[in-house]
Amino acid sequence: MNSRRIFTRPARFAAIPPYVWMALFFLVPFGFVLKISLSHTAITQPPYTPLFDFTAGASAIANALAALSLDNFRLLISDNLYVFSYLRSLVVAAVSTSILLLIGYPIAYGMARLPQRWQAVAMMLVIVPFWTSFLIRVYAWINILQHDGLLNRILLALHLVSAPVVWLSTDSAMYLGIVYSYLPFMILPLYATLTKMDPALEEAAADLGASPLRVFWLVTFPLSLPGVGAGVLLCFIPILGEFVIPDLLAGSNSLMIGQTLWLEFFTNRDWPVASAVATVLLILLLAPLLLYDRLQRRQLEA
Amino acid sequence: MARTRLSSFNIASLVLGLAFLYLPIVILVIYSFNASRLVTVWGGWSLRWYREFFNDEAMIKAAGMSLAVGATSATIATLLGTLAAVALSRGEGFRGRTLFSGMLYAPLVMPEVITGLSLLLLFVALNTERGFWTVTMAHTTLTMCFVSVVVQSRLVSLDRSLEEAAMDLGCDPARAFIAVTLPLILPAVAAGWMLAFTLSLDDLVIASFTTGPGSATLPIRIYSEVRLGVKPEINAICTLVIAVIAVVIIAASIASKLSSVRGESGAPI
Repeated sequence: MNSRRIFTRPARFAAIPPYVWMALFFLVPFGFVLKISLSHTAITQPPYTPLFDFTAGASAIANALAALSLDNFRLLISDNLYVFSYLRSLVVAAVSTSILLLIGYPIAYGMARLPQRWQAVAMMLVIVPFWTSFLIRVYAWINILQHDGLLNRILLALHLVSAPVVWLSTDSAMYLGIVYSYLPFMILPLYATLTKMDPALEEAAADLGASPLRVFWLVTFPLSLPGVGAGVLLCFIPILGEFVIPDLLAGSNSLMIGQTLWLEFFTNRDWPVASAVATVLLILLLAPLLLYDRLQRRQLEA
Repeated sequence: MARTRLSSFNIASLVLGLAFLYLPIVILVIYSFNASRLVTVWGGWSLRWYREFFNDEAMIKAAGMSLAVGATSATIATLLGTLAAVALSRGEGFRGRTLFSGMLYAPLVMPEVITGLSLLLLFVALNTERGFWTVTMAHTTLTMCFVSVVVQSRLVSLDRSLEEAAMDLGCDPARAFIAVTLPLILPAVAAGWMLAFTLSLDDLVIASFTTGPGSATLPIRIYSEVRLGVKPEINAICTLVIAVIAVVIIAASIASKLSSVRGESGAPI
């Protein structure tokens, strides 16, 4: 008991290097995003004005401050392009997360019911694709879904279609890619919660006469809710800002917000508008992020 | 919860789920050996796309850059992430702990376009030359939390009586940590390194934002090629990357086997 206490002080000092690093490379940059979102584009290097030159004196700084404006945010609200992009992202994220939950839950449940030795194998099998390159897995689907790809050839061979179907550059391909890439993120938190559940509770419900469906709905599912919450947030938040998958698999008539940000930054070279897009996205994500943080703390420190 | 009968529904969902996860990769690997350029025709087994890759200077350079960035950022991330895990699991409550853990775990879920953009704006404001080091620092920031999660879950399940015994025998905390705890958590630390390495190897978005001229990473090059359409050479590159990662994963599982041979209790990584 006594020696446990001796550990806490040195352990706290261990926090200092990562703390400094994250403060510098994670928190401080958000300040820059905010500042640039209030700036204007310019054909300079860097491509925005005003520039804060701290050696130029107080009046120069005051002038620079006065030049900041909310113009970019007004643009975001007034131009339908951005509003639709945010809405589309919310819809895609919500739909993808629901599909992920519907598919991931049975898989996690099956894993949790395996005999002990097989569970470690199953977990490895689920994690391995996650370690395999994300980009490669999306590309693997492009391979299969292209006009003369494997899927069309199988469908034609089985006479399920009479002509090759266009799969790529559609929303279906995008959803497929998203679900495929994020499945381990949904399965693992669910599995972690389901393994910790006491089987006696389900057995008791069954003994009292409940059908398997009722056992699931009244006992299993409510008990697995922390895992469901973690999995849902672990998927919803990053999917909202996704870029690679919609860019490679979806059509180009409607963009998700990650694509819009990329476009503004790389194609239009409009850093201020890109920063404004990022700021609004962050504000949208604030509530889910805080919720996720609370869940994460409870999970890891329980 | 593991016990009793697996219903046929359970087995079906497991098999279908795993097939769904693995089939596209398997198909990709098979087609990388296709002698024919066309996906529709199987021309027999061939290594020509691998030969094309090794003759492609730009790709090789990008691969080298990716490996270097991966190894460097993984090492820094493992150092910092392990420190963070120690602080969170042994440090009890301290002022600023909530902010610390929040900052640490946010990159796990934060959309990469946001992290990438914010890091680039930082580098521009600091007038840093963009290239190898900016990408490395960005990747370290991204992967640190993954290392911390892996190491922390191991630390939390560790039997603390061993550390306490060491200190009862006269060690100061630092010595007890290095002599007792560190060897016990080493497989988790190694697994964290490998996780950080594969994540860095794979990252496209953050690397795109923070890279400089001449420092393209492999995903950046693959992405620009993929946008132009499916090329058989890419199948070969992808298979090679998968092979590298497979080696890393096998090393990781050997490392965790070693930890269970020592008789530790603790969840698999």
